[in-house]
Amino acid sequence: MDATVEQLKKNRVFLCLECGKCTAVCPISRYNKSYSPRRLIAEGLFYGGDDLYSDQLLWSCLTCQLCSQRCPVDVKYSEYMRDVRAEAYNRGEWGKPTHGGALHHVMEMTASPTLKQKRTDWIEKGLKTKKKGDVLYFVGCLPYHQELFCKDFDFSPVSIAQDTVRILNHIGIEPVVMENECCCGHDLYWLGQLEKFDELGQQNIKDLKKTGAKTIITACPECAYTLKEVYAQRKIGDSGIEIKHISEVVAENIGKFKFTEQAQTISYQDPCRLGRYMGIYDQPRQALAAVPGVELHEMPRNRRGAICCGTTNWMNCGATSKRIQHGRLEEAKATGAETLVTACPKCQIHFRCSECGDESQKVGIQLTDFVNVIASALKG
Amino acid sequence: MATKTATLPKKKGKKKFVPSIVAFACNWCSYAGADTAGTNRVQYSPHFRVIRTMCSGRVTPGMVLKAFKLGADGVLVSGCHFGDCHYIFGNYKAVEQFDKTKGLVRTLGLEDGRIRLEWVSAAEGDRWGQVIDEFVDQITKLGPSPLNPQPKFEE
Ligand code: SF4
Ligand code: SF4
Ligand code: FES
Repeated sequence: MDATVEQLKKNRVFLCLECGKCTAVCPISRYNKSYSPRRLIAEGLFYGGDDLYSDQLLWSCLTCQLCSQRCPVDVKYSEYMRDVRAEAYNRGEWGKPTHGGALHHVMEMTASPTLKQKRTDWIEKGLKTKKKGDVLYFVGCLPYHQELFCKDFDFSPVSIAQDTVRILNHIGIEPVVMENECCCGHDLYWLGQLEKFDELGQQNIKDLKKTGAKTIITACPECAYTLKEVYAQRKIGDSGIEIKHISEVVAENIGKFKFTEQAQTISYQDPCRLGRYMGIYDQPRQALAAVPGVELHEMPRNRRGAICCGTTNWMNCGATSKRIQHGRLEEAKATGAETLVTACPKCQIHFRCSECGDESQKVGIQLTDFVNVIASALKG
Repeated sequence: MATKTATLPKKKGKKKFVPSIVAFACNWCSYAGADTAGTNRVQYSPHFRVIRTMCSGRVTPGMVLKAFKLGADGVLVSGCHFGDCHYIFGNYKAVEQFDKTKGLVRTLGLEDGRIRLEWVSAAEGDRWGQVIDEFVDQITKLGPSPLNPQPKFEE
């Protein structure tokens, strides 16, 4: 009971007016009538929580923060979900992890100090990286995504890592890449596995400090948000290092880039962590607009109102997720764009998944990452 | 001449590593194969634990990784021979899944030899014993997994 009160207070849930705006905008509620953020709040508020903790739908929330954007009293719903999940996890509850939980196991395993990963095979000839230096590129789980997804989709997740290094090399930066980088812990954090998350965080801060880096660049919004904000919030320790998403780096240094002419109409998907969580809406757009011949067609629901890619934390993916993805891709297609660009590797994986299978059900829009667009336009 | 043998201190040999191995065996062939090994009194290494799945195609990378996470030193996946799968193409699916598992295990920095895919039919009790013996040898040579918090050793 105390835990419940604590969660309600901390996340402003007591202020809820029961207006239902959250349920009205929630992409999950739209396709799955039994899911309602307002109901999950009411369950916590009025019934003290026992039913709440065993509710499978608890694990469906995308923590996309769209509801908090609309909430008149600023209830921190995503954070409330995180805390409720932490309590549920302690009580032995768990959602339905997709891919048999493979990625969650990987995340936990990377915390082990005795493990020596082999995760740098993607650094091909011609890419310049270093062992020590001022700028570090934090790769994230891309090498694992490569093994798990490249055979199912016509897509190479590590190309995102390769192109990020290519972009950095182009503006004269030789980034440090850690050989035994451990997971940032993002997914475990939002799934309420806070102890494991802290362990990963401490390990990361130790390793990052050792490299002597002053700036960390990442091509994954989830890594960026976690390293920048969550480590500080959890008081895991301050690495004193500046953290940037690659789109910020490109936008800041846009004068240094030499592009070749492209011919591409694109639409842009705002990843939740980059947009609503970190407020980075303009930088990727500026960077894309700077590539000659790239024409950006905005989707009607963009920026603050963007719809999430339909799955978060590799949890409770299912028909609802697919419907959200399908709907979002149709929205992108309707803008007249040939390609949907996203700045988060996971968005792309989820969208590609919804485009798998039956030919007649495909939306038929190409998908690519922000860094792929920039890197393929580089001169030389 | 008094023999000293009895009082001689035992030669202090290095303690031998005893691997912990998880073997996923499909219900219709490999598990029955292990049963056959039992009824035929095949003598083979006891250092493994069998987990029965309905089909080898059911064994996802997640299951193998979980075994490693919990400290397994090696993981064996075993199913029916091609053409014998009770679900017709389950073992082809197992090959696909195993391919992904291999990639993940390698990226984690664990040796390729720590995982193995085998086909053992219900009649092949001897072969089950052989496969296990070989695998136990292989893992013993590789030593404990870096994720095994308490590797076992025996005199
Ligand atoms: S965070 Fe997103 S998925 Fe979760 S309740 Fe709010 S709008 Fe729905
Ligand atoms: S939008 Fe805010 S105030 Fe309205 S029901 Fe949802 S959480 Fe409560
Ligand atoms: S039932 Fe044995 S492999 Fe499918």
